[in-house]
Amino acid sequence: MSIAEDTPRRKAGFRFERWAPLILLGGALAIYVVVALVTGQAQYLTFDNLIAILGRSIALGITAIGQTFVILVASIDLSVASLISATAVLASVVMDGSPAMILPAILAAIALGGLVGLTNGLVVSGLKVNPLIATLGMSLIIQGCLSAFVSNFAGEVPAAFQMFAYGELGPFPVALLFLGLLAVMAWAVLRFTKFGSDIYAVGGNEEAARFAGIKTGRVVILSHVICSICASIAGLYLASRLRSGAPWIGSDGVYDLESIAVVVIGGTVLAGGRGGVWGTMAGMLIFSLIDSVFNIAGVDSFAKQVLRGIIIVAAVAFYAIRSKRIVA
Amino acid sequence: MKHILMAAGALAFSLTPLYAQNFDDPQEFAKQRDQLQAEPMGPEGQPWLQYIGGDMVDTAALGLEAPATVCFSNAGVNNPWRVVGYTNMVEELKNHASIADFIHVDAEGSDDKQIADIDDLLAGGDCDVMIVSPNTTAALTPAVERACEAMPVIVFDRGVNTDCPVSFIHPVGGYGFGIQGAEFITSKLDEGANVLMLRILPGVDVLETRYSAGRRILEEAGMNIVGAEFTDGDNAKTKSIVEDYLMRGSIDAVWMDAGATAVAAIEAFEDSGYDIPVFVGEDQQDFLRKWQDEGLTAIAPTYPTYQWRTAVIAAARVIEGEPLPGPEWVLPQPAIVQENLDDYVNPAMPPLHYAMCGCEEMADYPQAWGGN
Amino acid sequence: MSDSATAPKRRLPQINPVWVLLTVLVVAIIFMNPRFIEPTGYMNFLKRAAPLAILAAGQVYVITSGGFDLSVGSLITLVVVGSSMLTNNDPTATYWVIPLMLAMGLGVGAVNGLVVCFLRVPSLIATLGMMITLNGLAFLWSGGAPRGYLPDTFRFFGRELIRDVPLVRFIPVSVIVLVVVVGLLAWLMHRTNLGRQVHAIGDNPVAARLAGVAVNRVRITAFMLSGLSAAIAGILLGGFAGVSTDVGSGYELQAITAAVLGGAQLLGGRGSVPAALGGALALTAIFTLLNFLGLPQPVRQVVQGLILIAAVAFAMHRRRQTGT
Repeated sequence: MSIAEDTPRRKAGFRFERWAPLILLGGALAIYVVVALVTGQAQYLTFDNLIAILGRSIALGITAIGQTFVILVASIDLSVASLISATAVLASVVMDGSPAMILPAILAAIALGGLVGLTNGLVVSGLKVNPLIATLGMSLIIQGCLSAFVSNFAGEVPAAFQMFAYGELGPFPVALLFLGLLAVMAWAVLRFTKFGSDIYAVGGNEEAARFAGIKTGRVVILSHVICSICASIAGLYLASRLRSGAPWIGSDGVYDLESIAVVVIGGTVLAGGRGGVWGTMAGMLIFSLIDSVFNIAGVDSFAKQVLRGIIIVAAVAFYAIRSKRIVA
Repeated sequence: MKHILMAAGALAFSLTPLYAQNFDDPQEFAKQRDQLQAEPMGPEGQPWLQYIGGDMVDTAALGLEAPATVCFSNAGVNNPWRVVGYTNMVEELKNHASIADFIHVDAEGSDDKQIADIDDLLAGGDCDVMIVSPNTTAALTPAVERACEAMPVIVFDRGVNTDCPVSFIHPVGGYGFGIQGAEFITSKLDEGANVLMLRILPGVDVLETRYSAGRRILEEAGMNIVGAEFTDGDNAKTKSIVEDYLMRGSIDAVWMDAGATAVAAIEAFEDSGYDIPVFVGEDQQDFLRKWQDEGLTAIAPTYPTYQWRTAVIAAARVIEGEPLPGPEWVLPQPAIVQENLDDYVNPAMPPLHYAMCGCEEMADYPQAWGGN
Repeated sequence: MSDSATAPKRRLPQINPVWVLLTVLVVAIIFMNPRFIEPTGYMNFLKRAAPLAILAAGQVYVITSGGFDLSVGSLITLVVVGSSMLTNNDPTATYWVIPLMLAMGLGVGAVNGLVVCFLRVPSLIATLGMMITLNGLAFLWSGGAPRGYLPDTFRFFGRELIRDVPLVRFIPVSVIVLVVVVGLLAWLMHRTNLGRQVHAIGDNPVAARLAGVAVNRVRITAFMLSGLSAAIAGILLGGFAGVSTDVGSGYELQAITAAVLGGAQLLGGRGSVPAALGGALALTAIFTLLNFLGLPQPVRQVVQGLILIAAVAFAMHRRRQTGT
């Protein structure tokens, strides 16, 4: 067994890596259909239900798109959950029920996200602090600042803004279309722009990327900014969905760890450099399907947790077991 | 960065008072104080069927036929109180032939997930009646409103900001809990006594109201509140906090907004070599046993888990077209005191079992609740 | 191994900054509360820090080998809940329950290690999955509310004091456990071949394997030691404060924080058990100090976050300066 081999085997024609997320997604979908049929609940196989499943994890999906960027550059962001709470509260407080304040609130939320992302990026790339620690520290700081001032739902979102979470365009929820659009944009950035290819280069091998003339620090910072802005959009979505923001909504949803799990289940490698947004979307759908399967099968909520933990590890093993590199 | 954070902080701070919710409402305080004294209606000795205030709602017009399917969107079973409550619920279902099917979905403590759960239940189209135990009041209101359009809804524990449910079932409330504990302390101690207040965490409506009511009474009686600390409901932290206070001075009474960590607080006195002061706990078996074994001066206000039974009973009555108390079904909220302590202590039950469960007469007691 | 031996001398004296931090914090605490220098003060402090310190000492093995162990917090919960279920109010059960729990800690660690080594799942994900699974298991086992009290024989280690000790008046049993466990782990890390191999595989696994280190075996051992330390921490915490269903939550990040404050390098190659002990004591001292200052919880979080970032940034700065 050669140990220095760092790239996975590539067979001509069929590239396992590329299709693995789809295989997993297909598996999850098959389980869902089988469970619905076996338990005699075919009513769960309608179009309405499909939309409901797709709409289950929109906040998680938006966050995970951002998380994909930082993981691709071999960084990570644990501060998204607190940031989601912070932007949801900020937006709902700024709006406070007045439709005229919607735009300022959105801008304020995005600005806060940009600021947090910039700081994360600077601390990671400038001060060379391990991203896990940098963003964990940032998470504590945000959560502390937030709960110093707010201890419950604060402010109110005007009815017009609730369109974001509850509106529908034809048969599709607005938020779902938005998520799709965001994914397409992220994919386009990663696929067609220089910044996109720089991300893969930096994540693959930072030293080499630097020697190739890429301003690696800038790429890392920008990725963090994108990640944090996605988290603030998720915060806006949750404020719209919950009609208000509270300082615990991010941590209650465990968006930090779940978004990381979704990204890696989607085939993006934690070490950086390989993966993409469509995998992440597949990962999000797998999560939603699993949730729905648990609900229709009536799985005991404690057993649910046990299964979920095992599924995360198994899904990642599904990709990783073929790799020859040593992981830690 | 620091400056920006501080500026943002200062801005947020200047905004806060505008949005702070009122957890210290004198009217609600007075109302709950009266409700604690009120004589409840309904069958004697079965508090889960009793109600305070006489309004009833008619359900015959809802036109349901037995047997029917009841769906339950649960905020979570993530603490022992909810575990005991959910067990009550499952056991109560066995008493109702009119409930053919019971579908339970668990939101694991997340608002977002609970909204999705309710939408799933509505899209599934199987439910005839829905019971909702909301994770938080404001966030779940739209989802409950949507459910109301499709079917009769019963809400219990925490409420929602809409009167569309058939009935909202709850015990007297947080002010009542705070009042019972604090009045006990003021009845046992003289003015100027040192009281330590222990709280779980800030921001939760039912806990904030307990605290504001407790503090109001203690202050009016001239007690010296040496501190009010958050314990996160963590035993180790609770014990450490009490030990720290004991290093600084004496404590004559401990008031707690929830009793889960009461025994850890008592142990802090024991391990530091102090006498155990006047204690306000809750109806968990470990506290009650400690109280009995050590002969404490104590009281256990309760937030009775039997309301989970009541929710099922209400759903069954909706299906059968029977009238039920509503739009609010206020259950009595008794406290456990020295005189009736022996009725509630049961060494066969697990330490974290809530004694005020109204479940002693049920068929599978005590095994279903983990007793032996 | 890039320890102090190879670092250029002459610059700052090679004293780990965590000890400076700890000294400053302790002086500040004494300034705030002079009674801290009495035995009740500092012994209570050590008693409180013991579970975290033991946990951090175990975590250092995993971090030094290049990984993370996020599962320790829920392992603590599982140990406490499981012990209360198994002892079932029977004081004599302690004698087989404690060894069983230690074995369970080793077993969980072994599974973590096997998943990382053979399924090639990065430890961050492997132990995250384990964390969720164990939490679910703890609830599943107890049905959400543990059935038994922990008997006094079990609680001996976390709760009891040995009285009438000369000089200090009394010593909590947990402090003795702390000294023994951390002493053993420090010896294992810094005086044996295993310690050198843990450093080697964290520094450069490929080179270590070429040099004949059994990488998988060493990595699995590191996870097992972390699991064992979590089981011991669970026994102490259960003893200190009794049964509850969320005893361990948050301990995984605190343990990593403590190890990092002690200068352990994430992603491997550098780590010290005594310094992790210093990190754990410093972290506990920060909490104690903020408590004495009467600062509300949110401020504590902010301070903790700032110190965490600052400590690592400082370490990186220093490392670049000294060129190691």
